[in-house]
Amino acid sequence: MAHSTTHKHESNTKRIWFVFALLSVVTAVEVFLGIVKPDFLVDTTFLAMKLLNWIFIILTLYKAYYIAWAFMHLEGESTGLRRAVVWTALFLICYLMFILLTEGDYIFDVYKNNHVAWDF
Amino acid sequence: MEATVIRTGTEGKTWGGGNDPLRASYGKMMMWFFIVSDALTFSGFLAAYGFSRFKFIDSWPIADEVFNHFPFLHGVDAPMYYVAFMTFILIFSSVTMVLAVDAGHHMKKGKVTLYMFLTIIGGAIFVGSQAWEWKNFIQGEYGAVTTNGGNILQFVDGEGERVAIADFVADLPVTRVANQRNTGIWFSDNETLPEYTIEEVKAGFAANDNVLIRTKMFDENGEKTILSREESIEKLNTEAIGVVQGANLTENEYGPPLFADFFFFITGFHGFHVFSGVIINIIIFFNVILGTYERRGSYEMVEKVGLYWHFVDLVWVFVFTFFYLV
Repeated sequence: MAHSTTHKHESNTKRIWFVFALLSVVTAVEVFLGIVKPDFLVDTTFLAMKLLNWIFIILTLYKAYYIAWAFMHLEGESTGLRRAVVWTALFLICYLMFILLTEGDYIFDVYKNNHVAWDF
Repeated sequence: MEATVIRTGTEGKTWGGGNDPLRASYGKMMMWFFIVSDALTFSGFLAAYGFSRFKFIDSWPIADEVFNHFPFLHGVDAPMYYVAFMTFILIFSSVTMVLAVDAGHHMKKGKVTLYMFLTIIGGAIFVGSQAWEWKNFIQGEYGAVTTNGGNILQFVDGEGERVAIADFVADLPVTRVANQRNTGIWFSDNETLPEYTIEEVKAGFAANDNVLIRTKMFDENGEKTILSREESIEKLNTEAIGVVQGANLTENEYGPPLFADFFFFITGFHGFHVFSGVIINIIIFFNVILGTYERRGSYEMVEKVGLYWHFVDLVWVFVFTFFYLV
């Protein structure tokens, strides 16, 4: 409540429409790349992942940043709240992803190279 | 009241109470913490999806082939256009939501009402679109054959174009009937029988020389492996045990059963969030119309449901990437 009475809100409409345009363009680029699938992006891999997938993930994080900062107004929250929200989620998710993806890759190797019959 | 307050001599100091270091109201802060925990739930789902995908990295279905429907364009291969449309709808409803919040800061009741209304419409279109996606996914298009090892065999013609089972299947006399309750004393219900039997598929396959089998394994070019005619016949006769059309939780015509399971659980859980978001938006919408927040002197409730609504959009951005793009 104090939030809405102590300091005046100037209208953010301009920024909102700018972010909307940005998100739309990024989505359009993603869809375009997803349909065209340029060969050099599919054939080149970086850290065991196709360049195309790296682009998708980076663009996704870029969109997520704008949604959280501009739409959810994290940029206007106090540093403490912002860090409590973002850092907690970010560290836990990175950890979870690392553990599970490593394990999934390991199981794939076991099925592929070891003497485990799974297709009979 | 005054008499019951215990004076500690710390009023106005840091530990005297009454200050809020995060400078956010209780409700807004709790909405944020709920969002963090919900984000972790979704991450759990998506991480599990990633795990299964890495486990089946050489045989996962190609999303472009599975989600290639567009309304009123039957039989046209339209990969991703519809999901792109859905994504756009959700982003736009996020925009109208944030515009409603912005109008709320200026206490413009009319504008808040209009933007909340548009947000609800956007949410409803999204949920409807998702239902339509589910319908297509469950119904399936080409059908496939299941094998002993739990794999899927799909059919293609000489040019590598997908062929539906219905296009080449032979019409054999019916030998299998779905039993009902009234045909046995202890019998409850039979599973739904697929439209064609495996024998009909085998006979039809033998009669059509140009049909080949496509396995779910990727070859070195990143395409699904297509077997030669001899290999196809061999594979079909030794391994095929059943016909599958569309998808359910135990089997599907696209690839590993886990693919459909994750599709149902992740998009379903997200769809449930959108649905509840629409409901909450409707409640707040009526409160706005009734002037509740006008009287309260603050539209902070709109801001709080706005946070939830943006979160739903945020999750979709990730689901879109990991389910449809990557």
